[in-house]
Parts: sequence; C-alpha cells; structure tokens
Amino acid sequence: MQWACISFPRLALDDVLRQRSDGAVPLVLFEGVGSRARVCAANAAARHHGLRAGQSLTAARALHPRVNAIEHDAAAVERCHDFLAAWAYRYSSQVCRTFPQTLLLEVRASFRLFGGWPALQAELRNDLVALGFEHRIAAAPNPHAALVLAGARDGCAIEDEAHLMDALGTLPVECSGLDAACAESLQRMGLRRLRQLFALPRAELGKRIGIQAMLHLDRLRGAVVTALDFYRPPDTFDQRIELPFNTGSHESLLFPLRRLLRDFSAFLAGRDGGAQRFTLAFEHERGTPTEISIGLLAPERDPELLFAIVRARLDRARLRAPVCGLRLVADELPAFTPARRDLFDTRPQQAVTWEALRERLHARLGEHAAHGLALHPDHRPERAWRVQGIDPSRGTGLSRGTHLARARDTDGFVPLPPRPTWLLARPIPLREHVTRILAGPERIESGWWDGADMRRDYYVIETASHQRAWAFRPAGEDGPFMLQGWFA
Amino acid sequence: MGAILQPLIETGRLWRGQGTALRHEALPTGFAALDRVLPGGGWPRAALSEILFPADGVGELRLLLPALAVLSRGAHPIVLVAPPYLPFPAAWIAGGVDLRCLQIVQAGEHDALWAAEQCLRSAACAAVLCWPRQADTATLRRLQLAAETGRTIGFMLRPSQVATQASMAAVRIGIETDPPCLRILKCRGGNPPTQAVTFSTLAA
Repeated sequence: MQWACISFPRLALDDVLRQRSDGAVPLVLFEGVGSRARVCAANAAARHHGLRAGQSLTAARALHPRVNAIEHDAAAVERCHDFLAAWAYRYSSQVCRTFPQTLLLEVRASFRLFGGWPALQAELRNDLVALGFEHRIAAAPNPHAALVLAGARDGCAIEDEAHLMDALGTLPVECSGLDAACAESLQRMGLRRLRQLFALPRAELGKRIGIQAMLHLDRLRGAVVTALDFYRPPDTFDQRIELPFNTGSHESLLFPLRRLLRDFSAFLAGRDGGAQRFTLAFEHERGTPTEISIGLLAPERDPELLFAIVRARLDRARLRAPVCGLRLVADELPAFTPARRDLFDTRPQQAVTWEALRERLHARLGEHAAHGLALHPDHRPERAWRVQGIDPSRGTGLSRGTHLARARDTDGFVPLPPRPTWLLARPIPLREHVTRILAGPERIESGWWDGADMRRDYYVIETASHQRAWAFRPAGEDGPFMLQGWFA
Repeated sequence: MGAILQPLIETGRLWRGQGTALRHEALPTGFAALDRVLPGGGWPRAALSEILFPADGVGELRLLLPALAVLSRGAHPIVLVAPPYLPFPAAWIAGGVDLRCLQIVQAGEHDALWAAEQCLRSAACAAVLCWPRQADTATLRRLQLAAETGRTIGFMLRPSQVATQASMAAVRIGIETDPPCLRILKCRGGNPPTQAVTFSTLAA
C-alpha cells in the first residue's frame, strides 16, 4: 500500500476566495461575535498589510479599515471538503476524509494507470491549482506517516519501510502529530527528534507518554494498522455559490458559473459519469429562483462544453431580478460513454440513435410530435392512412404497418389510378384556374355503412400555373372543383 | 484548356485538391440527365440541397422520390419536418418509399427549424426534408453545418421567390414550369450548367 496525503492548510480561505474574482482585495475570515470576533485566516493581500490569524477583528480593522471581513462558515468548509473528496475519488477508490482539512488516498493501485507517483503527483497538483486550493502532498507506506509528513515536508515521497524510519526519525517531535502537551513534555526531556523516541525502550517510554501517544508512534511506523472510513461518492450533485453582490448582468455571472461548472465537471470525472440533464437555479433576494433546465444529447462532462451550453442558454434567458446566488442540481447522472469512433465508422461522433432523437423532439415539441404513417385499406382518401405511433413491442418506432399493404400491392390486386403525393386532410375549394383535365373522372363511392358516405368524381387537373392537382366534384355534378391533393 | 481538362475531371481521372470527396459522397437522384450535370453525380451526402419551386404540385416531390426510395431501404428514418400537407401513403409506396422509414415531425414555424437542425446534426436520420418559410442566411448556415456534422442529406423545399437570397446549400435547383425544366442555380464543386435540364428527360 502506498498512501498519499493531501492537506489543505487554508481550506476555509480557499473556499471563499475561489468564489470571488477579486483575489487582490484584503480579506479575512473571522470567528465569534462582537468584540470577541477573531481573525482565523487572512489572504495574501491582507497578510501584506500585517493582518494575521489570531488577531481580534477590531485590531484587524484598525490595521486596514477597508478589509473585507467574512464570517467563517464551518458547513461550507465541510461541503468543500466533500467536494475535494469527490474530486480525489477519480484518482483512487480508497479516499478517506475523516481527518480535518486532509484527504488520504491509497495510490499504489493507481500507479499503472497514471504512470507512477511523480506523474500522479503532478496531475494532483495541476488539478488543485486549477481548482484554486493551496495544498501540501506527501506519500508514505502508511496513512498516518503520510499525514505527518505532509505537514512537515511538502512533496516528500517515501517508497518503503526502511526509508520511512529515516524520514520519520528526522522529524521534530512537535511536528509528529503527538498532542501539544505530550510534545512539550518530550521537548523538556531533551527528546527533540522522533529518532530519539524510537531508540528508547518501549516500556519506559510508554510509562511516560501514555498509551495514546504510544499507539500514535506505532501507527506512524506501520506497526499497528487501523481501519479507515472510506469516502463514498454521492449519487447527486447539489452545489451552491452565494454571490458577494447582487447582480443583474449576465457578464458578472459568468465567473461564478464557470467555477460551479468546473466543480461539477470534476465531480463527474471522479465518479466516471456524465450529466445529461441538470438544473441551474439563479436565486433572487425574494421570490422563487429563476431556473434553467439543461438537457444534452448525450452525457457530457467537459467543463468548457458545459460552460458554452450554459452560456448560450443564459444569454437567451431573462432574469427578472438581480441574482444573489447560484445553485446547480443534477439528480440523474448516467454513465459516461466517451465519444469513441471506430476506425471505419463513418457516423460522426455526436451520433445518437433515432430513439434518443425522438425523445428529444418529444421533449420540446410535445408527446406525439414525431410519428410514422401507415396505409389503411380504404378507398376514401381521408381514411386511407393512419398515424403510426410508437410500437412498444419493437421499440424502434419504425413499425411494420405497411407489411400488409405492400403484400397486397404486389399480389395481383388491380393497381389504383395515380394518387397524389400530397393529401389535404380536409378538401378546400380549388382556387386556381383549370386549364386541362388530364385524367378522370374516377368515381370513389364508399362508406354508406359507417356514416361517412362519400360519392365523388375525382379528376387530375392541370392549373394555369402548371400545377397538377387532384380534385373532385360530387358524383355526376358539374360544379366547382374541391382540391384534395397535389401531384407534387 | 477547359475543353481538355473538363472530360478528365468529369471522368475522375484528374485529381483536384478541392471537392474531391464529392464524387464518392453523392446519392444518385434517379434521373440520369440530372446526375450527369451535378458535380458529384447526384445529391451531395452530408450537405443541404435546396429545391425552389413556384407553387405546390409542380413536381417538387417527384424530383426527390427516387432518392428517398433508395434511402428508405436503409436502417435510418427519413424525417419530414413540418410538411405542408399530409404525405398520401399510396403514392409514396407507389414511388418505392418504404413507409416504415418515414417519420413526420409536427412543429411550428420556429420549432421546425430547431427540429430540422437536431435531426440533421444527430446523424440518426437518412434524410431530412424541411419547408422553411422564413429562414435567414444565419439559419441556413446553421442547417448546412448541422448537415455536415451529422453527415445527413438535408432537402430544403422553398418558394422560388427566395432564389435571389444567398444560401449556404451545396446544391440549389429551381423548378420551372413553362416549359417544365430544372435550372441548377448552384452546385458546389462545379459550375452550374447554363442549360436547364428538361422535365421530359426527368420523366424517362
């Protein structure tokens, strides 16, 4: 086993900073209320002005009057930690997030895929820089050693037990993860490095520092193995960004939107899934949020693509009030099938099946927007066809309604006189001037038994503008023509 | 020069850097006279073809039916997006079209263009027919791009009045009624012939 530890020394601060585009403005996080409010983190610009964690907020305000003070939100930090665990899940199936501001992942199993620890580490760091988190990474054969080494030596990688003892031996006692009181008493005993502790006889050392500290030392050396709770990725994505200001302009929404989609994409990549349908809610001061539902042809997770789609939708959407928060919810996350092409496949990448396309058409145009046609054995033109819905037994939608018709067509039935390609569902008076009658009359007389009695003489007609029409008159009469179809 | 080169180009012996794919990627129209004058030897696959006709019932579907009949033998549906009338099954079957492959999409004016684009882009259809009444150049361009990305044949049937409007379609054919003939207004990959293709040859 090889464990990587990623620690996030400024998790709370990074979480706040990455949601804002104004990184250069001094910003501090504080805890507590009123005069007891204390600064718990300060960004680089604030540190430059002498602001430090541990100062009272009043002192910080005195040092820099225009400092942006934000209350520390423990729940938000937890959510952020969850998100990072989801991100780490794409590099390892064993991710532990029980330790605060820290992720532990088993990486040996992933070496083959990512090409060894240096490559994997570089990838982890690239991702974290892109996501906007300050981080320290170390690797060791056991999780507790990795945890301690990440705190002490960023970038340290220990391959085996022998090197582990050397690396641990040089660590100062106060950095070894022992509790502060214990570390101090060891310091007073003149024990500065872990090497000195390891050299001492167990029984005597145990008497002095207690069972908990002994257990910790054993865990560091890998002598005791404790089970870790592993992270399980959730099946839905629901993340919210509160904007630092209310805005009505689309432009200023793009930055937080891009951030949100990048997180979404990282989450999707982590569970090797894609999103086909998700909802963006733009929250207003009061009233219900404006929601934009986005449906895609196929599951996608590319952040740039998602951003382009959302942006296009946002440009068309109308926000009825200034926006104070953004929320992205995705409930159904289908498996992601990467766009892949056969060498000899001529169908393009974004190809979908007819079923998927029909779903899409139905979603926008209505339940029965796409349908087939079938021949119906009836002489009356209005009844000679049927709308062919989806045939559930075959599921293809291209149903077999014409088998019968085709068989009859070829089985020696008397062929009908020519029929027009276009049919008017309801006949209308023929307005065009008739120049010639090309064929007819053809008497169609039928339906006395079902109440739709029909007696008509049909003609093929050429109009003044050389159109060929199929028109009729009531049988035996000489009146005006009624248009029934076009020989298009 | 042109007189020497033209037969070589037409017989495919001369390789040209541009438009070489056309000859392979065309669907015969079913009318020999028309196939001869179209650069690829038929309707270009993976592109939009525009048919301009002065009025209903002058042969606009007769022009397409042979090609549709060939396509309907494949596995993919032929989609009619918002057709102006109802296709009369008897006539389409008589034209050789397998009705099982025919799908009709009912849509309003604006949605029809969206639906046509979706169908063209999806690569799920063998051919897409649409009847855009109000389509600006940007829309036509979208449809043409969709046909290219989806590698689908798109047929756009439009009134003759829009002949002067710029179009992105690979082929534009105008139907004339007096005398009945086809005038090729544009064909990508070659110069449109000056002479119209007569309808009498089409009927044969």
